[in-house]
Amino acid sequence: MSPTNSTVMLEVKDLNKKFGEVHAVKNLSFEVKKGEILGFLGPNGAGKTTTMRIITCYIPASSGTIKVSGMDTVENDLEVRKKIGYLPESTPLYNDMLVKDYLQFVGEIRGMRGRALSSRIDEMFHVCGLTKMATRPIGNLSKGFRQRVGLAQAMLNDPQLLILDEPTSGLDPNQIIEIRQLIKNMGKEKTVIYCSHILSEVSATCNHIIIINQGSIVASGTADELTAKMNKENRYVLRLKADKSAVESKLKALEGVARVQVTQSAEWTDAVVVAQDNQDIGEKIYKCVFENGWSLAELKRESASLEDVFTQLTRGQ
Amino acid sequence: MQNILSIFKKEFKAYFLSPIAYIFITVFLIVTTFLFFQGFFIVNQADMRAYFGLLPWIFLFFVPAITMRSWAEEKKMKTLELLLTWPVKDFEVVIGKFLASLGLLIVVLLLSLTIPVSIAIIGHPDAGQIVGQYIGAVLMGAAYLAIGLWVSSLTENQIVAFILGVVFTFVLFIMGHPFVTMVLPSALVPLFTYLGLSGHFDSIGRGVIDSRDIIYYLSVIGFFLFLNVCSISSRKWE
Repeated sequence: MSPTNSTVMLEVKDLNKKFGEVHAVKNLSFEVKKGEILGFLGPNGAGKTTTMRIITCYIPASSGTIKVSGMDTVENDLEVRKKIGYLPESTPLYNDMLVKDYLQFVGEIRGMRGRALSSRIDEMFHVCGLTKMATRPIGNLSKGFRQRVGLAQAMLNDPQLLILDEPTSGLDPNQIIEIRQLIKNMGKEKTVIYCSHILSEVSATCNHIIIINQGSIVASGTADELTAKMNKENRYVLRLKADKSAVESKLKALEGVARVQVTQSAEWTDAVVVAQDNQDIGEKIYKCVFENGWSLAELKRESASLEDVFTQLTRGQ
Repeated sequence: MQNILSIFKKEFKAYFLSPIAYIFITVFLIVTTFLFFQGFFIVNQADMRAYFGLLPWIFLFFVPAITMRSWAEEKKMKTLELLLTWPVKDFEVVIGKFLASLGLLIVVLLLSLTIPVSIAIIGHPDAGQIVGQYIGAVLMGAAYLAIGLWVSSLTENQIVAFILGVVFTFVLFIMGHPFVTMVLPSALVPLFTYLGLSGHFDSIGRGVIDSRDIIYYLSVIGFFLFLNVCSISSRKWE
């Protein structure tokens, strides 16, 4: 049983969901393997939350099948739910309850009892940094702590599949980094689906990214693969101290250069060099600068960021 | 079964975590005790018929106040979405919530036992009659609760849930009243009399427990709990 890492944890096939006239999810198919963190990316209203609700058995699909570790979500409804931990968007919690009572309740509902439950709750307090908050009412917690209670709730039963719907929305940058680290740690053993419309989030934490728009997948791959796809041309940006015309003519003469654009300001000369056929000409450019004795302030390769990919793929069609 | 118990415990506790239970208990006891003892010494009879005559009207406003929050709040706070993705069946949640609200009602009725105790000190009431009346009150209250819970599941606004709860129970209460039945075609009169909540409480109010009344109340409870399960499961309908 060695190749456990390659086992498929979640299998979504031809998923469709219609709300009356609205076709919210269209023929969605994807797989998530064990130990993978899947970034589920899309603009607001793309169908992310609907898809998550279907996977968590909250609402049924109009058509299509979902299997969680080989079990169908319709036939084995209750069994599947036991394997999933879910943190919905906006982190709904019972504000009246104390943090520890809440986790106790969630544990009982999830079929955990007695000492196993209380030691697991202690563990969650520790992992999520909630120990000091145990006897506070949830309603009094700050947003960051609420989010941790939400995560503790989702992880309480040690789920094999963890679904997080925008887990960092409304948090400050420090909290985001903490939560991200938490998720990364979990992703080592568990399968995580991470929904977000914040790209830096997803590219920082996920092994695999799916971008959806208007209910269907528009791109899928690792962060690097996605950006590579979008890189139609290699651009180099330079900032020099040199004469404009000299820079232009020397750079144009280089092998593999398609276009050069030079602008001059009071202090600096800025050049943008576009390579032919995606060649890597960074070294050549540097040599040219060096040989001509120009003083160089900046040389960098510009590539499409995930943001560019995202906007290009999902801009209102 | 375990799930129902967990939900029951959580919901029952929740009443006491918010001011609802305390306000409810205090106001209920003050109002009912005051109204009852106002006439008690004038009539000068050691029984509680006047008390149980009041109760259907008092319940009309107090019971929807217990239930208005149950589902409406869960919907508004979106906790329902999380609750229903845990490994519980919809009906287990419905029954757990119903039993918790019934628990609160029973607590209130137990606290009102000060009245029969006071009467027993100054007179000689018929204990059997009072026990019967209390059982009847629990049954009727449970029917009101089932209606109130169902109404609460239809909206995410607690005020709407309260007002609709009052309206629904009032309609069901008044249905069998002579006031309504006298304008109906005579063929429908027995049906309305049977369906109305009030007729079934009259005999209970006298302390007479008839199996027909018990069956009636149990079917009202069952019917509205069923509607409640339907309205919670309706998210799954196309």
